[in-house]
Amino acid sequence: MDIGSTAILLARAQFAFTIGFHIILPAFSIGLANYLMVLEGLWLLTGRQVYMDVFQYWLKIFAVGFAMGVVSGLVMSYQFGTNWGAFADKAGPIVGPLMGYEVLTAFFLEAGFLGIMLFGRHRVGPYLHFAATCFVAIGTLISAFWILSANSWMQTPTGYKTSLDGRFLPDSWLHIIFNPSFPFRWVHMVIAAFLSVAFLVGAVGAYHLLRDRQNQAARTMFSMAMWMAAFVAPIQILAGDFHGLNTLEHQPAKVAALEGDWHAEPGQRLILLGWPNMGTEKTDFEVSIPHLGALILTHTWNGEIKGLADFPRDQRPPSPPIFVAFRVMVLLGVLMAAIGIAGLWKRYRGRLYYSNWLLRCMVIMGPAGFMALLSGWVVTEVGRQPYTVYGMLRTEESVSPIGLPGVATSLVAFAIVYFIVFGAGFFFLLRLMRHMPIVGEGGPPQGVPVRSAGLTPLPSLHPDPRHPTEPRPAE
Amino acid sequence: MVMFWIAVLIISTLLYVLLDGSDLGVGMLFGLTRDETRRATMISAVSSVWDGNETWLVVAGVLLWSAFPAVYATLFSAFYLPLLLMLAGLILRGVAFEYRHKAERTKWVWDAAFAGGSLAATFIQGLMVGALVQGLPVENGEYTGGEFGWFSPFAILCGIGLCLGYSLLGACWLVQKCEDDVREVAYRQIPVLAIGLLVFLVVVFVYALAENLRVMDRWVERPFLFVFPLVGMVTALVAARSVRLRRDSIPFVMVALIFAAAFGTLAISFWPYMIPFSITITEAAAPHSSLAFLFWFAGIIVFPLMLLYTTINLTVFRGKVRPNAGHY
Repeated sequence: MDIGSTAILLARAQFAFTIGFHIILPAFSIGLANYLMVLEGLWLLTGRQVYMDVFQYWLKIFAVGFAMGVVSGLVMSYQFGTNWGAFADKAGPIVGPLMGYEVLTAFFLEAGFLGIMLFGRHRVGPYLHFAATCFVAIGTLISAFWILSANSWMQTPTGYKTSLDGRFLPDSWLHIIFNPSFPFRWVHMVIAAFLSVAFLVGAVGAYHLLRDRQNQAARTMFSMAMWMAAFVAPIQILAGDFHGLNTLEHQPAKVAALEGDWHAEPGQRLILLGWPNMGTEKTDFEVSIPHLGALILTHTWNGEIKGLADFPRDQRPPSPPIFVAFRVMVLLGVLMAAIGIAGLWKRYRGRLYYSNWLLRCMVIMGPAGFMALLSGWVVTEVGRQPYTVYGMLRTEESVSPIGLPGVATSLVAFAIVYFIVFGAGFFFLLRLMRHMPIVGEGGPPQGVPVRSAGLTPLPSLHPDPRHPTEPRPAE
Repeated sequence: MVMFWIAVLIISTLLYVLLDGSDLGVGMLFGLTRDETRRATMISAVSSVWDGNETWLVVAGVLLWSAFPAVYATLFSAFYLPLLLMLAGLILRGVAFEYRHKAERTKWVWDAAFAGGSLAATFIQGLMVGALVQGLPVENGEYTGGEFGWFSPFAILCGIGLCLGYSLLGACWLVQKCEDDVREVAYRQIPVLAIGLLVFLVVVFVYALAENLRVMDRWVERPFLFVFPLVGMVTALVAARSVRLRRDSIPFVMVALIFAAAFGTLAISFWPYMIPFSITITEAAAPHSSLAFLFWFAGIIVFPLMLLYTTINLTVFRGKVRPNAGHY
């Protein structure tokens, strides 16, 4: 392997590494911001203290996760220029404005109101505070909209012309934004974020229920999460199926790679397990079910799909990682739906908070949503190879003119900084989630006139029944 | 259209320098004290606004990509290692806000990360401006200088200068936001930092004369540029007076004006180049259809809204802070 291709490989490794860390955090922010919005809304609506307790509990966790998301996102927005300069230049007229819209319409909305959401509850009234929470939550959804539009355009580019010097020029923004794979990917990703956070919240609730069955806040968390699991996990499987069919239409090589199929055959079999061998062009150790592949992908008994061997060698994505990641994602998705249905049954029997095995399963499944989400991104991103803009711009033509030493240095530096910073971050998150939720963490004082800034008395000077003077949980 | 976007880019960068510059300055001054109450107050003075402020840097970066992709690609490849260091510094600074509240045994690590990250990020930003003034080796729109093409004594000097400058902004911010000894200490730091900055400016001027930098020619060609240093001098005098009279809210505004004047000087010295003396604004601009797409919604609706959010955020958190006040 020559130096140039090693540099490309390292640049790809760096991108995969940094985006792999990053993608977890926006998913966390999207899911949690919306959960917080629902909680605060329910609190304003019903006045039940338990919603505010759960809100306060997760707000602290949200703050840490959001800060991690902001800094890892900062790296992403610069990395296109530092490592993928050729891509940034050629696809810039299209991807750049989409990213621009993301930052201007969403990122700023979130960052601007986050301060009020976190620190402002004694400075603004409860409704204004709720408005800030809503802005942050809506911001995360708008952000997902633009980012997934840009990503989907790279997967299924439409609405552009190419200039003589090889740049992509916008032709129809409507076709660029709403490119064929975008709606499917957006829905699939947003639901994935909701489910990931639902399982995290459910696992934390279950963990505390195993210690104290009567803890109201833990019950609320667990119960809300189980509703999500029961109804949204099956919807997600359906959304995934639609997304898969869309991929089959626009990126058949990706589907062939994730199925491990090498040749088209009538009544395509579904390979459950195995190891795709890029050299010999067959899947070793395969375990398969006849006709099931055709049934899933073409919805007919005797349908066939193209195999990887039907594509020229230099246009094939590397099958093994995609094959494995896809199976991990599907398995986790099915398990999540199964837990949801088990939860419905326990709830029907009135034993939702008392089933030890269900609570333990939920604790184990806590990270399942995030693992499935990461696997899904491996499938879709590795499946786009060997292109950055599918079918149009190859990955090796997208890099910056940075030498091997530069890329190697930065990769090592990122690895060290990320492991320290995000390692510590995840440790703090886990520690926050280990604290038992306590009753009466307090909320924005309702009915109290907005105090002007600078005169805010410290709670200890001015005892307020809504803000017990007890110390904050062990810190 | 191109002019509109260059104006937006300039405003965003300037806002970043003023807003996050003071946050970074507070971060550096934070490193100078060991007293926990003072440290907690200093953190409180910036913790509710830093996130929104740092976002202006993302705005500037992404706008550069959307509206001037050629500059984005060239500049970011050229400053590969410095940008990496700056990001590392900003990462450490950013997470330190949250982590230092959560940490027990490792609090000192995050305190060091807060001060060190602020220092590194500031130094690199100054260094990059210095390298741009000095001139980067660019041929046919592609950077040709290698990994260390940005390195020069002048760039290092500018890095140090910006550290002084941001610290000065930070001290003025603390005077405005804090009470008691934090305010007093900041008042004592202001003259020291201001004199340091003045010495730096003189050195830069002498160096630029000695090296005969191309920027100097522009000053000779365009004498109206001297308006900016003049504005700087007047505001510096007002600032000095307000410090003597202990008028808390004046110094920050005045120092911000000095920064704006310095920024304007740079921008007009470079004009019409974006990367000095190799890539012009028109050469760098994205195709008209991209700029227009951005303009009709992002430009005329969203951008003013962003300014509004910033104002709301700063208004809600106006006034003096206390240590850990209102921490969620």
